[in-house]
Amino acid sequence: MEILGLLTDGIFVSLQPINIMLILVGVTLGLFIGAMPGLGSVNGVAILLPITFLVPPGSAIIFLAAIYYGAMYGGAISSITLGIPGASTAVATTFDGRPLALKGRASLALVTAAVASFIGGSVANVLFTIFAPLLAKVALIFGPPEIFALMLLAFATFVGLGGDDLPKTILSICLGLVFAAVGFDEISGAPRLVFFDISGFLHGINFLVLAIGVYGIGEMIWTIESTRGEITTTEAKMSVKGIVSDAKEGMRRGWKGTAIGSFLGFFVGILPAAGATPGSLMSYGVSKMISKNPKEFGQGHPGGVAAPEAANNSASTGAMLPMLTLGIPGSPTTAILLGGMVIWGLTPGPRLFTDQPEFVWGLIGSFYISNVFALIVNLSFIPLFIWMLRMPFTVLAPLIFILSVVGGYAATQDMHDVWLMLIFGFGAYFLRKLDYPLAPAVLAIVLGPIAEPTLRQSLLLSSGDATIFLTRPIAGPITVIAIILILLPAFKMLKDRMKGPKSNPAG
Amino acid sequence: MRLGEIITAGVMALLSIYLMWKSTELNVGYITGEGPGGGAWPFWLAGIMLVCTGFIAINWVRRSSPPSQSEEPLLDGYGKKMLVLVGGGLLGFIALVDIISMYGAMAVFLLYYLRFLGRHSWSLTLILTTSLPIGFFFFFEALMRVTMPKGLPFTEPFFNILYNIIY
Repeated sequence: MEILGLLTDGIFVSLQPINIMLILVGVTLGLFIGAMPGLGSVNGVAILLPITFLVPPGSAIIFLAAIYYGAMYGGAISSITLGIPGASTAVATTFDGRPLALKGRASLALVTAAVASFIGGSVANVLFTIFAPLLAKVALIFGPPEIFALMLLAFATFVGLGGDDLPKTILSICLGLVFAAVGFDEISGAPRLVFFDISGFLHGINFLVLAIGVYGIGEMIWTIESTRGEITTTEAKMSVKGIVSDAKEGMRRGWKGTAIGSFLGFFVGILPAAGATPGSLMSYGVSKMISKNPKEFGQGHPGGVAAPEAANNSASTGAMLPMLTLGIPGSPTTAILLGGMVIWGLTPGPRLFTDQPEFVWGLIGSFYISNVFALIVNLSFIPLFIWMLRMPFTVLAPLIFILSVVGGYAATQDMHDVWLMLIFGFGAYFLRKLDYPLAPAVLAIVLGPIAEPTLRQSLLLSSGDATIFLTRPIAGPITVIAIILILLPAFKMLKDRMKGPKSNPAG
Repeated sequence: MRLGEIITAGVMALLSIYLMWKSTELNVGYITGEGPGGGAWPFWLAGIMLVCTGFIAINWVRRSSPPSQSEEPLLDGYGKKMLVLVGGGLLGFIALVDIISMYGAMAVFLLYYLRFLGRHSWSLTLILTTSLPIGFFFFFEALMRVTMPKGLPFTEPFFNILYNIIY
């Protein structure tokens, strides 16, 4: 009951006129920043941080948290309408969001994303309110072996359930992981995989360079070629009645994904150094795994939109948890928020809840209010995004190419990356034609920077003994599930072979 | 497709070998007290890639994957033309960035795509060709504080006018 009282006070704090106004501006700005390829919540929060010195600290963090929230909603917009992930947290949304848009069901994808985001955010808010201090301690139990086991599970869901050509799927994952290793070896500090001594490789390959190359350029060229330039998405329509029926359909077909994303996303979000991106990718993989029709994923299944969207919103709230309770940021954006709090004279950590209850509960209350506002603002703008899709394809295509080039540059501000993106785009076009699944490569380049250090730290802890992943109480079961998933296609193949001679004796 | 499948597998195999070789610039084994060497992770991943290309080749011989069964060409006439026109346009766009700035290259690419590939009217073409780069300029340079390439010095007077509006 005490929590309820504090939360009510917090909601009243965030309902003050200045805070309401800041939330509204924040979620709207965040929505558009998140929708722009190459820019994410981290850019918005970092750029607008100085503005917050004009208002009290409580209002300032509410404003920044609202931008963060809005950006999580916004990332889905470009993933669905343009096929370019607006941010790493929305990479998985592209897998099913774009196919839905191409089928003329963009409104279903956008509404599903908005509703799933709202549910994910709401579940996370409740979990945050009730379990904040307890979960912060659990998250600390997760060491490198546990986090690597989680990464292994994320890859395994793609290998074991893809239904695609197995060697091509594994090759795609490994290629993404190798690309993620380009730059500097984080432990020794030595340059690594600097191809042909080109200095641009020293800063590594940003995931957006590959993601935009694959989805913004490769996929677009493939679409133009395979449809003989006759592609149109003008069937996309929008009405209030349509929003309601889309919301119903999205939840009917995507409720499992929403539920998985809401809980899994929150838990992955609170893990230090994990954040919303692995949360959304893992939720997509697990939703596909438990679906009765996993082959529909990737072809335009609302569950494939709901899972990552619920997860990234849930994780964004989850990532606030270690920041507030322990002073450990769970994502780059929360790291900037943490910096802001220090500048405002606040000390994040366990004492914050007792020393500054009005600030903490005002912020938690603002999560609830921001979530409602983000849903309303997002749904209000959907007709605008749908209108974009109704443009002739010969207008939309150059716009997508321009956004790809600009987004590829904005991420690292290096023309080397833009050229690399073009090369990836052409490569992806040919690989796509030859049935190479490319989503696993994008997944791998995003998770690679987490997977490699945790593997190396784990092996260092165990003096090179790989059984560390099997013998620890949390890492063990996760690793076993991952191994079973990886071996699943081999079992299926063996089973088919054993059945084969009986059903086809001729040979 | 069939020929493309095996050529691509061969290219991937060569890439894997190159990546393995490149990884050996750092230690690919286990260093006592330090853990796996810096090259170990990419080396073994590239090794797995090489094994995968072997399986892709086996599937090609057995004709068990759809592309290995297809006798269609990887690129037909339309595909080649599209690749030259669209891909070439993109190549030109990016090549022009360092000469006439990101915004200038954007305008030229829009003009090329809308007027010559899309066959849209001059009025629509000119409206989009001028408004979009200017819109992008104010969004990135003024609002997001992200500086895009400005090309060679001859573009400076034009950008000075726009910067005077911002500051």
